[in-house]
Amino acid sequence: MIPSKFDYVKPASVADAVAALEQGGEDAKILAGGHSLIPVLRLRLAAPTLLVDLGGIAELRGIREDGDRVTIGAMTTYYDVLRDDLVKEHVTLLAQATETVADGQVRHRGTLGGSLAHADPAGDLGAVALALDAELTIAGPGGTRTVPASEFFEGLFTTVIGETEILTQISFPRYTGWGSHYEKFNRTAQAWSMCAVAAAIRVDGGTIAEARVGLTNMGATPIRARGVEQALVGQPATADAVRAAAEHATEGTAAPSDADAASDYREHLAKVLTGRAVMAAAG
Amino acid sequence: MAEVRVTVDGVNYTDDVEPRTLLVHHLRERLGKTGTLVGCDTSNCGACTVHLNGQSVKSCTVLAVQADGAEVTTIEGIARDGQLHPVQEAFNEFHALQCGYCTPGMIMQAIDLLGDNPDPDEREVREGIEGNLCRCTGYQNIVRAVQGAAQKMKPGAPADTETPVGVAGGGE
Amino acid sequence: MTATAEPTTNEIGKARTRKEDARLITGRSRYTDAITPQGTLHIFVVRSPLAHAKITGIDKSAAESAPGVIGVYTAADLGVEAVGLPNAWPITPDQKSPQRPVLASSTVHFAGEGVAVVVARSAAHARDAADLVEVDYNPLEPVLDMEAAAADGATLVHPDLGTNQSATWVFDSAGAGTGGSVDDAISAAESDADSIVVRRRFRQQRLIPAFMEPRACVVDPTGEQMTIYSATQIPHILRTMTTVVLGVPESKLRVVAPDVGGGFGGKVGVLPEEMLCVVLAQKLRRPVKWTETRSESLLAAHHGRDQIQDITITAKKDGTVTGLDVKLLADMGAYLGLVGPGVPILGAFMFNAIYKIPAYKFTCTNVFTTKTLTDAYRGAGRPEATFAIERIMDELAVELGRDPMELREQNWIKHEEFPFTTVCGLTYDTGNYEQATQQAMELFDYAGLRREQEQRRASGDPVQLGIGISTFTEMCGLAPSRVLGSLSYGAGGWEAAGIRMLATGKVEVITGTSPHGQGLETAFSQIVADQLGVPFEDVEILHGDTQVAPKGLDTYGSRSLAVGGIALVKAAEKVVAKAKKIAAHLLEASEDDIEFSNGTFSVRGTDKGKAIQEIAFAAFMAHDYPEGMEPSLDSDAVYDPENFSFPHGTHLAAVEIDTETGRVELRKYVCVDDIGTVINPLIVEGQVHGGLAQGIAQALFEEANYDDQGTLVNGTFVDYTLPSAADLPSFDTRAVSTPSTSNPLGVKGVGEAGTIASTPAIVNGVIDALRHLGVAEVEMPCTSQRVWRAIQDAKGRSTQETPIDTHSPGAGLGSIDPNNPQGEVQ
Repeated sequence: MIPSKFDYVKPASVADAVAALEQGGEDAKILAGGHSLIPVLRLRLAAPTLLVDLGGIAELRGIREDGDRVTIGAMTTYYDVLRDDLVKEHVTLLAQATETVADGQVRHRGTLGGSLAHADPAGDLGAVALALDAELTIAGPGGTRTVPASEFFEGLFTTVIGETEILTQISFPRYTGWGSHYEKFNRTAQAWSMCAVAAAIRVDGGTIAEARVGLTNMGATPIRARGVEQALVGQPATADAVRAAAEHATEGTAAPSDADAASDYREHLAKVLTGRAVMAAAG
Repeated sequence: MAEVRVTVDGVNYTDDVEPRTLLVHHLRERLGKTGTLVGCDTSNCGACTVHLNGQSVKSCTVLAVQADGAEVTTIEGIARDGQLHPVQEAFNEFHALQCGYCTPGMIMQAIDLLGDNPDPDEREVREGIEGNLCRCTGYQNIVRAVQGAAQKMKPGAPADTETPVGVAGGGE
Repeated sequence: MTATAEPTTNEIGKARTRKEDARLITGRSRYTDAITPQGTLHIFVVRSPLAHAKITGIDKSAAESAPGVIGVYTAADLGVEAVGLPNAWPITPDQKSPQRPVLASSTVHFAGEGVAVVVARSAAHARDAADLVEVDYNPLEPVLDMEAAAADGATLVHPDLGTNQSATWVFDSAGAGTGGSVDDAISAAESDADSIVVRRRFRQQRLIPAFMEPRACVVDPTGEQMTIYSATQIPHILRTMTTVVLGVPESKLRVVAPDVGGGFGGKVGVLPEEMLCVVLAQKLRRPVKWTETRSESLLAAHHGRDQIQDITITAKKDGTVTGLDVKLLADMGAYLGLVGPGVPILGAFMFNAIYKIPAYKFTCTNVFTTKTLTDAYRGAGRPEATFAIERIMDELAVELGRDPMELREQNWIKHEEFPFTTVCGLTYDTGNYEQATQQAMELFDYAGLRREQEQRRASGDPVQLGIGISTFTEMCGLAPSRVLGSLSYGAGGWEAAGIRMLATGKVEVITGTSPHGQGLETAFSQIVADQLGVPFEDVEILHGDTQVAPKGLDTYGSRSLAVGGIALVKAAEKVVAKAKKIAAHLLEASEDDIEFSNGTFSVRGTDKGKAIQEIAFAAFMAHDYPEGMEPSLDSDAVYDPENFSFPHGTHLAAVEIDTETGRVELRKYVCVDDIGTVINPLIVEGQVHGGLAQGIAQALFEEANYDDQGTLVNGTFVDYTLPSAADLPSFDTRAVSTPSTSNPLGVKGVGEAGTIASTPAIVNGVIDALRHLGVAEVEMPCTSQRVWRAIQDAKGRSTQETPIDTHSPGAGLGSIDPNNPQGEVQ
């Protein structure tokens, strides 16, 4: 169907984009990959008067080594993320989760930054960013600031990005040599995650030395399963130990209820999937 | 209105379009490329799949203005000199279509898939076309066709588009 | 394999690739939305967001002055307040049938019903202006639960009818004289220690046909005949019904169904939007076009199934079934569709299925609710029947401690008992259940899988294995006209065909069926090529345009081949008969001495002969032909079948259930179908695959639910979850054949078989995997949540209700609250 009318600008720099947002006011929206926004516009669930397309800003695309981190431009597509050698080697969990997002066509257009900024609780990459302690750089009229993922998500579809700000890059520490797995559970292959668990584990001599676990769609924002992490560390990477640790998966969650899963079922899934994700990550 | 220049199936077009115009509507209604179809409004069905600068995209979820300067290949542009693309041939040979409505998108996605993975197994084909819904075939013959086409396609198969021919203000 | 042995059988049975593919794989297709005559105006229908409400005011002024708008109209503005869309199947003489308006005038009866229409120069203009139409509603109580709606004191959907019950239709074998009394069978079984009574309630969830091409219509009033292009399965019926509804003389209407992107029954309808386009094209004297969006289609195009089935079966403890009682409630939605009330009735004759059941009673009450109306969806009545009988046979087997296949075999009609007249009075002409079953069991490795199942049960494997059986039959080829008449169906069941022998030897074939993906252009070419002995490539099939194929009853109910295909044979026989006369004349022989074979008329015992193409040319030239006949080979035929045909098959499913999450994985699916003579095995296989996918989708994936306000929860493809390729396995499908004796080709029909058979096979498999855990029932679709909950319930653990009617707070579009868009959407 046909969206409402809007104006469209395609700035060539972040500064121009910020300026466009300032001019556009509260009815301006950022167009990244468009794969959440354009369907919403087509269904007329939103009617912005101005779209600021970030697709013309070359500096927002690409993946680079950044000291001991891997830094990804916000407008880097899923496709480019999941095929990137740096990501595959050092931020494997991100590549694994990205591969489960939507479908091939969507992954050609959708962007990592767009996904995180959209902050759909069922989106797959928030839990990864959170679990892996990503840092997100946000540019605005007053310059840039960097926030840790743990402070980035505020609520349902809301982040700390201000109305005239733009997410420019996402930076991950290296998890070289860690085991990782994204365990996704959905109704059909096309469907969004009913619940999913992102796990990265460093095993040292059969013992879990470090653990990072993030949960998708277990609350209004992605959730870091710190209780699970703490319970895992120092434990042997065995099914029993992992299962026991996974019982902590629902701590701090506020599982929604919908047609696919009432909250009790989601909570149950979170535990089961956490166990599976960690076991798979531990190899 | 914004000026949009696109090369579609080897022909250059320059048109003024409303920013809200979806690429698929631009293709169908302005440029007359009605071979690309619309099946949903939520980017699920994939009937509108075309190649944008060599990558499969759902043209219902791309604005025409976003495609400014791009090269688009549709189902109408993959046969060469009257010779069907191997994926087109395979869809016929393996009875991979019934009503035909998902077919243009399915073929365009299959070509993209084979570009990334020239010899996919059944699971890889099924996951590679998961963004394209078909209501007629149960997918089985589509999977066979994609795998059959993979066998026919040798490395170094010709690229998607022919040399562009300029047609200013094409369509209307 | 043909019963008419005369022409060769070169083509029938050959796996021809399809003719129609050439245009469809190159984008040279022509679906309705590609048709936009010069000057076309576009409409957008303003729809009610409420399920049940009084319209208290409509302010069109802002919309009328919006850019590009030609007009904004209500029913009153168009003078169509009294117009009612047709219901062609009054199942009882006292059926309650409300007027189904083109646009609601005073009250809306479902969310999605049209209340006004915007006409504009472009689709975008029309869409923009629609947002400016202000409609004031006074909400009324929605009526959502069919059981409550049928009860006394319920809020009435149509108060003037005095009830929400549209009709109750009964078949009783005792009354019909085709069997005994079920009431007697039940009371006898209840009082007999050597008998058993099993009662179950099954739910057929509401489904959406979800053809891939959204519906569209273009009405062009220029020229002498008004042309209606529509994405319809039924161009001929649409033409006649447009006359009935709007009074446009039938002779002034031409209906074209161009390439149509699937239907599955969902495009059997006479649509309010089609009628609006006609009325507006007449009024504005410009072509008028409507193309629906997917979300409109899911909301307002008719839905399918939606029944509550109360089934009682009685049997001797030795396994012999003695009676079957079926009580149905069927949700019609807000109005009666074209054939909607008859859909459950089509199932009435199939609950007894392949079994010898001595006493049978079927009672169905059709009920109104404030939901989208229901009508035909692939299988129409027969999937519901097959599901119920195949599920209850499994339940009976469990109650008796018998292997479910063995119990079926004990009760089914043996191959030597055909033709067999059933408890419904239908005569099954041919079939061989033993043959199909034996082959299926071997392919499936039934015994091996049962062993594996035992092992997994014994070891407490978290992944349990279930084996699901469905030994189905169905009735195809709707239908003998007299039978339809006895059911008060508003049309016959014949089909028309014509063959034109062109001067240059090519053959134009006209069929009154209206294919939309079935591959009939190919299959019919094969039939005609064989009948006339002409090359397959020389046959052109013309259809879907009432000026080209003036007579027909279109495509639904697996009737195209079993009725339309036979009409072709009859027309070809006439062509050959005429040609034979001319051949005899030209060859100077007696007609009795002329033999026809492989396209050549020859004089018996000589080498003299003429090809049918030569005869066609001679007829065209007309310089020399017998006296007393017309110089033409062209022939028409109308075929009215004498009986239905009865395909059958054995379907076996192996499902794995992850008992920790409830996820169901279909591991293996084998089916052996007996569909009689196969014209084209490639096309048959494709029909079975697609049918299976739809039936499996009912079992596992799809449901259309409403929230407590009567709003459709599954309003986009995000929420109405069609399976993708990644959700389905490959199937092992085979065909066996006992040719039908009811028609000269021996064909039976295959369009719906897969859908009808597969749903119970899957659900039986799901239950079979969980039975030992104490699970006796899982409602469809058997989602992971339902399965998990069933396991918890069986363990005595209380869980929450499954909130099927809740919009998703997360997950993409379901997550966007239209009244409160939040967050930075990128």
